[in-house]
Amino acid sequence: MSDSLPLELSATMQRRRAAWVLVSLALLALLALVWALGSGEMAAGPADILAALSGGDSMAATVVRELRLPRALAAFACGGLLALAGALMQVLLRNPLADPYVLGVSGGASVAALCAMLLGLGALWIDAAAFLGALAAMGCVFGLARGEGSWTPTRLLLTGVVVAAGCGAVVSLLLTLAPDRTLRSMLFWLMGDAGAVTQPWPALIGLALGLALSLPAARELNLLARGERVARALGVATLRLRFGVFLVASLLTALAVTTVGAVGFVGLVVPHLLRLALGNDQRVLLPGSALAGGCLLLMADTLARTVVAPIQLPVGVLTALLGVPVFLWLLSRGPR
Amino acid sequence: MSAPAPLLETRNLEVQIGRTIAVRGFDFRVAAGDRVAVLGCNGVGKSTLLAALAGLLPAQNGAVLCSGRVLSDWPAQALACHRGWLAQNPDDPFAASVLEAVLVGRHPWLGRFAWEGAEDRALASAALQAMGLAGFEVRNVQTLSGGERQRVAIAALLAQSPQLYLLDEPLSHLDLASQIRVLEHFQGLAETGAGVVLVAHDLNLALRWANRLLLLYGNGEWAAGPLSDLAHAEPLTRALGHPLRQIVSAGSPIFVPA
Repeated sequence: MSDSLPLELSATMQRRRAAWVLVSLALLALLALVWALGSGEMAAGPADILAALSGGDSMAATVVRELRLPRALAAFACGGLLALAGALMQVLLRNPLADPYVLGVSGGASVAALCAMLLGLGALWIDAAAFLGALAAMGCVFGLARGEGSWTPTRLLLTGVVVAAGCGAVVSLLLTLAPDRTLRSMLFWLMGDAGAVTQPWPALIGLALGLALSLPAARELNLLARGERVARALGVATLRLRFGVFLVASLLTALAVTTVGAVGFVGLVVPHLLRLALGNDQRVLLPGSALAGGCLLLMADTLARTVVAPIQLPVGVLTALLGVPVFLWLLSRGPR
Repeated sequence: MSAPAPLLETRNLEVQIGRTIAVRGFDFRVAAGDRVAVLGCNGVGKSTLLAALAGLLPAQNGAVLCSGRVLSDWPAQALACHRGWLAQNPDDPFAASVLEAVLVGRHPWLGRFAWEGAEDRALASAALQAMGLAGFEVRNVQTLSGGERQRVAIAALLAQSPQLYLLDEPLSHLDLASQIRVLEHFQGLAETGAGVVLVAHDLNLALRWANRLLLLYGNGEWAAGPLSDLAHAEPLTRALGHPLRQIVSAGSPIFVPA
């Protein structure tokens, strides 16, 4: 009785819909980039932007190329990194509420970065400290959660949450001890801020590498989402896969936190939004999350530096302000 | 020409988890056409044994062979094309369509970068139909009832189309009609050359379906054999932990709690 036609139709429709969403997201990213490059105290039209990109040396072109472009690219890359890391963590922990920070990576980075700020070190040292702190937290969680080899999502999650809580306490302590003049920059760092970015390349390259590493394993990740043993029974080397996912997701997060600070919300909500729109096939979800996360952070950053200019808002506040209503609206529409 | 190696063979196997010894000195064979029902009390180690047979848990001692080849010598993907394992109590933390959930079973048959094709979808949809879930393809698995989810998990296993089926309580959560449907489907697969090992708690349904029994008595003790040897009140009472009485209905034995 079940004709195969509707099934064929729904399968191609699903794939067509996925392709559509990916193409639209790529276009949106392009528009967001044009918007980011064009807006600011000195407005720049498409002609100026083209001139800037082709090496023009007018005032507007210089501003666009030297100031706005690195910042915009970094914001896009970090949004992508966080969303990709969030999607990976959610599969690794089999928990849709997981985000890139749930395993304490940002906590470690924050503690180390704030210490560097407290010591009055320069921007490069703060970045280096943040990255090392993230790696330290990562190693700590991994080592503790492994214990006697039983590496269940629950145990990993609990270890991560506890390490993150410990880091949170140290962060509060550091903020209490900090002199007023460094307090403001510390708070900005904690909320996430793309203003101090000098180089977008590490984050962009990291994003490309992260996608290149995770996409070949995407179908295996689909199985992992259905359970560790189910995946293993279907021929997936889950121990290696889970370790790889942990490592890649943590490194991506560390890179993002080092570049723009602990921007919240992107990593939790973007994979969720995409899952509502596209289903839970990681082959579509991972690149989709990277694109959508990049768009969200890029637009949020553009707003953050223009909406009440000349005051610059921390971008992490804006991601939440933009993301929360969209997310609630999508959630209230119910499952697809 | 010697006879083909059995689909599953164990040699002096010992399986233990925590303090529970599921089996000790376990020599057992499943050939094509075998329908083995595994019976035993809660916590006696049925699931543990099944996971060890599937290669998902290490054995303390002895060897498990699939088609004459020790499990550790099998490439994981090839093994997944050969033997399937049904998990107890499947859960779904993420929304997914029923079709996606069933297509998961096609994974071992596909290359790393391949996408499921029309053939895979046809197999998945045939599996759903066999489980009485035709037309469920686009439903979200999270909106299904427990019994429907169980049948989706079985459909995924059918889409995997192995030769050896290791089923951990496939009948749980199912209504009577679905239980019979599942049992009859696996009987049909056994008749076309598959081997099926099935953990069950419904004694009479299991006896009606199986042609061999594996009884776990606890503490590593076990008994395996054809129904004529083991479908009697005494060994079944020992395996199930409650006195049983045999009555005969329409020529076949039925066991009721004494």
